[in-house]
Amino acid sequence: MSASLRPDLALISNWIAPGSRILDLGCGDGALLAHLAKTRQVRGYGLEIDDDNVAACIDAGINVIQADVDDGLAEFADRSFDYVVMTQALQALVRPDQVLAEMLRVGREVIVTFPNFGHWRVRVALLGGHMPHTPALPANWYDTENIHLCTLADFDALCRDANWQVLERALLDRSHRTGASIRVAPNLFCEIALYKLRLPG
Amino acid sequence: MAVAADSVGVVTPRKVAIATPLLLACGRVLPGFELMVETYGVLNAARSNAVLICHALSGDHHAAGYHSADDRKPGWWDSAIGPGKPIDTTKFFVVCLNNLGGCRGSTGPTTINPETGALWGPDFPIVTVRDWVASQALLADHLGIDAWAAVIGGSLGGMQVMQWTIDCPNRVRHALVIAAAPRISAQNIAFNEIARQAILSDPDFHGGRYIEAGAKPERGLKLARMLGHITYLSDTAMRARFGRMLRDGDGQYNFNYDVEFEVESYLRHQGNSFVDRFDGNTYLLMTKALDYFDPAREYGDDLASAFRTATAKFLVVSFSVDWRFSPARSREIVNALIAAGRDVSYARIDSQLGHDDFLMPIPQYHAVLRNYLDRVAAEAGS
Repeated sequence: MSASLRPDLALISNWIAPGSRILDLGCGDGALLAHLAKTRQVRGYGLEIDDDNVAACIDAGINVIQADVDDGLAEFADRSFDYVVMTQALQALVRPDQVLAEMLRVGREVIVTFPNFGHWRVRVALLGGHMPHTPALPANWYDTENIHLCTLADFDALCRDANWQVLERALLDRSHRTGASIRVAPNLFCEIALYKLRLPG
Repeated sequence: MAVAADSVGVVTPRKVAIATPLLLACGRVLPGFELMVETYGVLNAARSNAVLICHALSGDHHAAGYHSADDRKPGWWDSAIGPGKPIDTTKFFVVCLNNLGGCRGSTGPTTINPETGALWGPDFPIVTVRDWVASQALLADHLGIDAWAAVIGGSLGGMQVMQWTIDCPNRVRHALVIAAAPRISAQNIAFNEIARQAILSDPDFHGGRYIEAGAKPERGLKLARMLGHITYLSDTAMRARFGRMLRDGDGQYNFNYDVEFEVESYLRHQGNSFVDRFDGNTYLLMTKALDYFDPAREYGDDLASAFRTATAKFLVVSFSVDWRFSPARSREIVNALIAAGRDVSYARIDSQLGHDDFLMPIPQYHAVLRNYLDRVAAEAGS
């Protein structure tokens, strides 16, 4: 599985200490948790709403809890996980800010990834008068699951306003690589952002 | 009758006598007892592929297959047990028993108390889920099974599964807890109490000595079952199935108390057929076992503490429209297991019927069971 692991997931696993407890929100078929179990000896649980994904996780021997992230994390105790992870699902939530706050309550650290709506392709599309169709955001405005898109600058502002501490950040293009252009003008060239957050203190 | 390829076919129950005394939760001791047992499949040489099926309130040892070639109905969980079915009898040695206190052949109110030579009747001790697990552990000893590859049960059966992981942590590798609850609510106890009162207040109950009196508390038992059936179905399922349909096609009200609406007919039928196959004293003690089940009680009311010594891996399953053992109650089990650091997966199956869905071959439900149990089988080397 590691051979075909998405590069952003590989990056996330480098941010995770061996032997830790992980909650993966919207875990899909459990690829990240399977990788982390093998390479980092983590004890993990995935939260997943989709029937087929739940069956796939069980087939792969991944601990999966069938639940809707939008229903909140009230079932989980404060600081009951070392990491709470969510990849590429933040923008599809009803209240991403509230879910992030919940993730920071339940986990000591939070790892989150999202598509950057400040990317130049998005801006070009909007200048042309249309909602963007980009490789990172291929859906139509009317059938997209993404209801709360944001730019890097917006996300940074939220972290600042909420007083969340950014421990690490990785900014990638759509091939999940970093590069000189992203370093020079991150909000124009980053397509996928990875953040590691925690509460201050 | 042609037996389907995925059926275990014609099966024969057998009685297993256990000579080891059993100290019960109520303080009384059974010097020995008998259990009616059915098995399907073959125990492998390593004795690592045994699966225990725990039955619910009105279940018994006959979980799959037929008792004779002209048997009309198969065992109560035939949809899930058989060659190629989720509980695959080509891979597993499946054991199912009639629990202690039952009325289908195991020692209970309808059998003879060897000390008195008379029927046990109402003198049979009220047994608990813990007592059942202890008796099932003695059965496992008898069968030469050190550890179950999996213990599986729905409803009251799921409670036995949980108790197994707590009381015999080294004898259960996988625990499948289906449509269960960590303990039942006041509402649930209330339903049970009405069912018991229906039986106890039946003039034919005779203080529980109805068999000697040549009677049977049929009306009470029937009422108890009718009430139970209402709680096993969702409001939506009842609307869909019966609505306000009348039995007579003329659509006229009869202005009497005979069966008029379809739902009345259904409930009376369920009640009547139950009376033929069940015993009042057994129904009383089974509902008490449900009421008493509360493994957290001995652990400061902390379910996670109860699960901390368990070593089994868990699969917990609930059904969306089950209100008798709702998904929220299954989540309590899951949350406690996560807090205890146990491996657990949880599937909430979209369903139609209600509590009874755990007996239905719902595709997603069976896919989840199959995926989970395929791994268990691979691990068991079968």
